[in-house]
Order: sequence, then C-alpha cells, then structure tokens
Amino acid sequence: MIDVPGSAERSLGLVETRRVALWNERDPLVLESGEQLDFVEVAYETYGELDAAASNCVFVCHALTGDAHAAGHHGNPERRGWWDNLIGPGKPLDSDRLYIVCANLLGGCQGTTGPSSIDPSTGKPYGLRFPLCTVRDLVTVHRRLLTHLGVERPLAAIGGSVGGMQVLQWSIDHPDELGAGLVICASARLTAQNIAFSAVARAAIMEDENFHGGDYYEHGVRPDNGLSLARRIAHITYLSEQSMRAKFGRRLQHDGEPLRGFGIDFAVESYLEYQGESFVNRFDANSYLYLTRVMDYFDPLGDATSGVEHLRDSRTRFLVLSFDTDWRFPTEHSREIVRVFNAARVSVTFREIESPHGHDSFLLAVPEYHRTVAAFVERMRRELCVP
Amino acid sequence: MRPDLEIVAGMVPAGSRVLDLGCGDGALLAHLIAERGCYGHGVEIDGDAVLACIAAGVPVTEGAIENVLRDFEDGAFDVVLLSWTLQTTRRPAAVVAGMMRVAPVGVVSFPNFAHWRLRAGLVLRGRMPSSLTLPQSWDETPDIHPCTLADFESLVTTLELGVSERILLGPARGQAGAGASARPNLLAAAAVYRLARTAHGASA
Repeated sequence: MIDVPGSAERSLGLVETRRVALWNERDPLVLESGEQLDFVEVAYETYGELDAAASNCVFVCHALTGDAHAAGHHGNPERRGWWDNLIGPGKPLDSDRLYIVCANLLGGCQGTTGPSSIDPSTGKPYGLRFPLCTVRDLVTVHRRLLTHLGVERPLAAIGGSVGGMQVLQWSIDHPDELGAGLVICASARLTAQNIAFSAVARAAIMEDENFHGGDYYEHGVRPDNGLSLARRIAHITYLSEQSMRAKFGRRLQHDGEPLRGFGIDFAVESYLEYQGESFVNRFDANSYLYLTRVMDYFDPLGDATSGVEHLRDSRTRFLVLSFDTDWRFPTEHSREIVRVFNAARVSVTFREIESPHGHDSFLLAVPEYHRTVAAFVERMRRELCVP
Repeated sequence: MRPDLEIVAGMVPAGSRVLDLGCGDGALLAHLIAERGCYGHGVEIDGDAVLACIAAGVPVTEGAIENVLRDFEDGAFDVVLLSWTLQTTRRPAAVVAGMMRVAPVGVVSFPNFAHWRLRAGLVLRGRMPSSLTLPQSWDETPDIHPCTLADFESLVTTLELGVSERILLGPARGQAGAGASARPNLLAAAAVYRLARTAHGASA
C-alpha cells in the first residue's frame, strides 16, 4: 500500500521568512511572570492560502531547536524546511487546502525576539536579563501572530515534543479556540530524568569559559564548546538504542585497525561531533538555556483532579501520538495526557506508532504516522472548514 | 449497518457516554454519535481499523482492550459495548469484569458455539465449527475463546452480574425467529446481552 501522503513528489518551492513587530513600548508584552517586553518581533512563514472564512489555518508549533522555516526552501531546493516531509501540496498538512503558519518561538534565535536580541533599554543584547518565559507565553505570541494574519479560530495546532506542549497549553487556556490539537511525542510534565538531561546540557553551556554570564556577545566569543556538548548529549536522547545500533553499530570512522587513542575512532563519535559543530553555527546558547527551562517548568495539568478541571471546557478534538522507541518522552507520557483527557471527557484519539527512530521519529516520514496525521487533519478539515 | 449492530445500538440510550471495545472501523460509534447524540470512544487493536475510525471522526484509542480498559476511571461511561469481540479476547472474564467497572451497563454480543449447525458439523463431519456467523476456518479465525450461551450465562453469574435483556440472533445476525427461545443454546446462532451490575438486572 503506497498511499503515504508524505511520499508525494510535489513539494513547496521557494518560501520566505517574514517578520512582524507584534508588541511595542506603547503596548508591551506582559508575560505570565508579570515581567514585560517592550518590543517583540516574530519571524514566521506561511504556506497555502487562507480561505474566505479564515477557517483553514493550521498552526505549526516547533520544538526546542526548530525555526519558522518548516517547509519549502530558501533558494537551494536541496536544503528544505525541517518539516518538509509533512507540509506541502498533497502532504498530510496539505498546502493546497490549508493555510499553514509556523513561527519561531519567543526566546528563540531565528528571527523572533529572544536573549540574543537587543534590549531597547540598554542597546545591548539581553543575555540572561531576558525574562524567563513559559509555554503560555509562547502561545500568547502565536495567537497574536494569528490575529495579525486574520485568523481568530485555527482549524488546528500541531507540534512534536515541546511543540505538543504548546498545543496542550493553548487548548487549556482557550478552550473554544482550536478546532483540533495534534500532540505528538510530547509530555505534560517532565520527569526527573528529563530535567536531569536538560540540567547537564545547561551546565555544559554555563560552565564554558566563553559564557561570560550570558554576555558573550560583547566579548566577541561564543560558548561553542558548551553548546556543542549540550547538543550532543541531547541528540543521544533523540535517537533510540536500536537506531544508533543500525546507523553506526561499532563501525570505525577510519578504514583499517582502530586507532586506540582518545580521538574520534568510532563512527558514532564522528556523527556526534558533526551534530555539535553544525548546531553551534545556527543556534544561540542563551536561547538553549531559556527554551529548555520552559520545558522543565511546564506542568499545566498538575495532579489528576486539577488536570480534569483545567480541561473540562476544552472543545478541542485531540490526536495524541507517541512512538514505541521514544525514550525521551516515552509512550507513558502520552498515555498520561490521554488518561486526563478521557477523565475530562475531552475528545481524543491515541496511537502508539511503531518506529525504530526514537524521539526523532516525529520529524521523519514514518508511513503509519503520516497516514494517521493525514486522516485526522482531513477529517477535521471536512467537519470544521467553511466550504 | 450490520443487523446485530442495529440491535446493539437499540440498547444504548440517546445522549449517553459509550465506550465500544473492539470498535472496528467505528461504524457503530459513528452512528451513535451522529444519530443518537452520544459521546463515543472506541478501543481497537487493528491499525487499519483505527485509521478508518479517524477518517469517520470517531475518537479511538489504539491498543489491546485489557490494557486500555485500565486507563479509564470507574464509572467513566454510561454504557460499554463488547460487540462480537468477547471471543477474541485473551481473558474474557477480566474484560467483562473490567467493562462493568467503567460503566453500570454492558452490552455483549457473540456467536453461540452450541448452535445446532456447529454441533452437527463437529459431530457428523468431525470438523471445527464454521458457519455464516463464523465464516473463518479454525486456523484463520481470531476467535481464541469461543463460548456458548450457557457458558456466558454461567460467567455472568460467577461475576455476580445480571442479564437485563437478551436478544437471540439468527445465522444472518438478525433477530432470531420466535421458535429459538424454546431452546436458545441450541437454536440461536448468536445473542446480544444487556448486563447490569446488580444480580437481578435492575437496570432497565
């Protein structure tokens, strides 16, 4: 059966990242903490056309290190957006039928205001003076962007990992707004193990000699070693033991006999080094600190009783998906969300998808996963879009 | 919709919260949601059937019935359906007990292995039962725990449940002729039972 929507040859062509200032000093963004930002700019991309009734919008919430460039390309068709296999003509998020919006997160470093942006009050980058944000704050920015684009009620919001957390928070805070919510390999509450991995990653950055208390920008250096190490640690948690075994095994990086030193000898070592190096060239260390912290504090449902209370009014229809080899946010995290949804009588469909690729599966064209997203989104479109 | 599903649907009050265990492609739930204003949720282990549910707009949890049942709170539903599925479960008694934990009313339908045609096939031809209601051969059937009406009624008694209604079905899964009630365990090809928690079937 080859009806995998993502396998369609057609893809989006040239797309561009746009920017819009959504808050300014006359109308500052007040965060959940009470702190405020006098100027907030958001980088975003859109694919497809908004219908006349503004009823066909799907908002894509990106994960920790994603950006607004979810699909299409910026000039080189070989280098495509991070969710290009899911978004495009004839794909599960079909740009021929849907108006798809993706924005860089608040606190990020790919065009949306974050710790590397200039603090208007000092004329210097914020660094660690940037306020701590929450998932609720991220959603506040998404909603303002949609208002700017003329969308009051999105057909759906979708996200994997911390992207799924945003979808969950969105529906809790605005129970009548989202038609559908797709929460993929996410969690309603990090475990001690999850926080531990984040803590070690942050320590790697903050203990780098070039960190300078977060003010490395003005010293003309970057804590690249720390950020690279953070990325390498995290990357291990995104893959499964099975996929690492299949991809690298104990293969050596060089032909012939092992070098038997402390340099790079095994293929997996070389791979991790490459992951770290390419990451530091596209990501800001302070953003990594802020966005991982956003996840640590996320706990929107609280205990079972309060979770049910929070969700009781939600009209969102959910699709919750997990992957059987994901050990970053294992299926049990998704099951916990589904348990609360069911107890709160929120409409939810749940599948655990078989995939060898661990947490990273949500970014890959796993056929059964894409079929499921396509079927759910199409059903919601037929029910909820104004023809 | 299949005639036995019509009969099962007829036992579900309008507007109730319904859990359908082994919901297949979701046809019964889609009907109950659209026509009877029910809140419905399905449980299904077959991936293609789950996709069919999604396409039909029916909320569903993919997984084995016994595992998924554990995730629902006591009394989370008004009615739980177990339609043509009992005989495929690994632990039928645990499933029936579990369904009566999450709802006060259960509706169970299944083929009767003591139907005279099956008895005759086994006795006269020496072959495992196969019929209109049980079309698959012994090595193809998903039915690992087939039972008779008498077996099921004995299970109901053991679990201290009550039968508040029983409808006998013929070979085409429609309601059986009146004659079947004379010797149900011999003459009915299948049956639909409505169960209640009290031993005397008080829930009408």
